[in-house]
Amino acid sequence: MAITYTSGEQVEVYRFSLPATILIPLIAVFLQAWLPLRFHFFTIFDLPLLVVIGFATARRNPLAGLVTGGLIGILQDALTHQPIGLYGISKTVVGFGASSLGIKLDVENAGARFLLTIFFYVVHEVVYFMIARGLVGLRMAWSWPHELLSGVANALLGVLVFMLLDRVKHRT
Amino acid sequence: MDVLGRYRNLIVLVGVLFAQVLGLAVQVKRTTDSEPTRLIRVWAVGTVTPLEKALVWTQTTSRNIWHNYFYLRGVRAENRSLKAQIERMSLEQVRISQDADQARRLQALLAFKEQFISKTMAAQVIGSSGSELSRSVYIDKGEHDGIKPDMAVITADGVVGKVLRVYGSTSLVLLIDDQTSGVGALLDKTRLQGILRGTPSGEVMLEKVMSDETVPAGELVLTSGGDGIFPKGLLVGRVTKVSPGSELFLNIRVRPAADLSRLEEVLVVTKIDERQAEPDRTGATRAIDILAERLPTVPPKPETAEKGATPGAVAPGAGAPGAGAPKTGATTTGVPATATPKTVAPTTGPTTTGARATAAPTTTGSPAKPKAAPPAASASSGVPAAKKTASPGSSSGTGSGTSLATSATATGTPAVKAAPKPVKAAAQTQPQPKPQPAVQDSPH
Repeated sequence: MAITYTSGEQVEVYRFSLPATILIPLIAVFLQAWLPLRFHFFTIFDLPLLVVIGFATARRNPLAGLVTGGLIGILQDALTHQPIGLYGISKTVVGFGASSLGIKLDVENAGARFLLTIFFYVVHEVVYFMIARGLVGLRMAWSWPHELLSGVANALLGVLVFMLLDRVKHRT
Repeated sequence: MDVLGRYRNLIVLVGVLFAQVLGLAVQVKRTTDSEPTRLIRVWAVGTVTPLEKALVWTQTTSRNIWHNYFYLRGVRAENRSLKAQIERMSLEQVRISQDADQARRLQALLAFKEQFISKTMAAQVIGSSGSELSRSVYIDKGEHDGIKPDMAVITADGVVGKVLRVYGSTSLVLLIDDQTSGVGALLDKTRLQGILRGTPSGEVMLEKVMSDETVPAGELVLTSGGDGIFPKGLLVGRVTKVSPGSELFLNIRVRPAADLSRLEEVLVVTKIDERQAEPDRTGATRAIDILAERLPTVPPKPETAEKGATPGAVAPGAGAPGAGAPKTGATTTGVPATATPKTVAPTTGPTTTGARATAAPTTTGSPAKPKAAPPAASASSGVPAAKKTASPGSSSGTGSGTSLATSATATGTPAVKAAPKPVKAAAQTQPQPKPQPAVQDSPH
C-alpha cells in the first residue's frame, strides 16, 4: 500500500461537528490535568498534542490545523504557571505541519499514524525546548533517549486516540 | 496578490507565531510578583476545574461510602493497635514536653520570638498542570475561602509547596520540586542553611552549602523560616545523595518527605503567629504520673467510712475530689501524718505522686483522680516522711490526700474540724529568706 498520494488520487478531507470540536480538546486537556494525579506515569503523555495531530491530519487544512493547535496549546498553557505561549507556539507548528503533511501522506493506516506521531512529538519537544530555554530562560536538559521513548509511548496511545477520532469525523 | 494567495498559509503561520512570540516576550519581561492573573487563565481554570471538582467529589464520596459502611473488617484490631500506639506516644510525649519546656525556658532567656502555625485549612487536590515542566497542582479552596498567594501548603508528612495563584474557588500550588520554587532550608543536625530548589527532571536539590562542609546522607532537612513563607522547623525531606558540585558548593539531593506525586489532601497554613517564647508554667506531666494512672486502685468502701473511728478509715467528705487537701489536720495541728509505704489510696484526693515529700504538689490543683500513693509520700507539712511518726493501724490511708483524714482519725480529732485551710498555708510557704551575710557598715 502506497503511503504517499499521487496526483491522480483523491485526498479525502474530513470534518468534525461543533460539539466534538469543542468537547474533545477540552476533555483531552482535562484528562491531561487530572490523570497524572492518579497515575503519575501519565506525565510522559501529551494527550492534547495527540488531539491536535488527529484533528490536523483529518481536516488536511493548514489554517484550521494551526488555529486548532494554537488554541489547544494556549488552553494548556493557561493551566500551568509558565508564561502563556510555550505550548501555544509548539502546537501551532505541529498543527500546521501535520495538516500540511496529511495532504501528502496516507494517514489512514496505523503504521503511518504511529510514525507521524513520533515525528511530530519530537518536533513539538524541540520547539518547546528552544522557546523555553531561549526565550523564557527555563533550565532544561535535553535527553534523546527520554524523548524518543516518550515519542513511542505517545505514538502507541496516539493510534488508539486516532481510532476514537475516526468514529466522530465525517467526510465532507 | 498571487504571491499572497500562494503563500497564504505560510504567511498566516508566521503571523500567528509572531503574535505568540511577542506575547511571550511581553510576559517574560513583565513577570513580577504583583502581576495580575490573566483573564485567559481564569477562563481556562474556570472551565477545567469544575469537572475536576465533580470527579474528585464523586471519587471521595464513593470511597467514603465504601470505607464507612462496607469496609469495617479489621477495625477492632486497628483500634487495639492504635490504643497501644497512643500509650507509647503519651510516654514519648512526656519526654518531648520536658525537652520542649526546657527549650522554651532557654528561648525565654534569649528573648526569642518563635513562629508557630496557628491556623490551617484542609484542602483537596483536584488537578495538576498536566506538564512536566510546571510541577503544580490545583486545590479546591480559593479566594472565597480566605486563601492568599504565598501561603504555605503542607501535609502531615512534610512541606508540599506554596500558593502561587488564587482564583475564586481554586488555587494553584507550586510544588517544591518545581524548578522555579525556592525554600529556605536547614539541615537538622549540622544546622547548615541552604536553598531548596527543584530541577527540570523533578528532583529536589539543596543549594548553597559550601563544599568544605560534611553532610551525611540520611540527614533531615527542615525549613529555616528565612523565606518568610514557611515557618521554621517543618520537615521538608531527607538527604539522599551528596556529591561535590561544579563550584564551591555541594550537590545535595533531597527526597521530599511528602509524596508529591500522590497528593490528595493538603493543609494550607492560613495564619502564622509570632510570639515571645515563654516557659511552660503549668507543670509538666511526668512519666510516673502516667504509669501511676494505670495501676489498679482499691474501690471505696462506704461502710468503713461510717465507722469513723476505725484506724485508717476515711472521714466523710475527705474522699471528695479535691476535698482531701484542705481537711488535713496534720499540717495545722502539728499532728504527724502517717506515712506508710506500699499502700494504695482508697479514695481520691489531691495527688502527691512525686517521690519528694514536700507539700508543693498538693496545692497545684492537680486532678483528683485515684492514683497510687508513692512510697514515702507524706502529708503536706513539708516534713520528710521518714521523720514522721507512724500511727498504728493507719495502714490504708497514706499519701497527701488520704493521709489527711487518716491522721485526723488517728489523733481522735474529727477530720472536718481538723484543719482550717491548712494546705494552702502549707503550700504558700513563704520562701525562707536566705541568711544574709552580716554587713558591716563600719567605714573603712
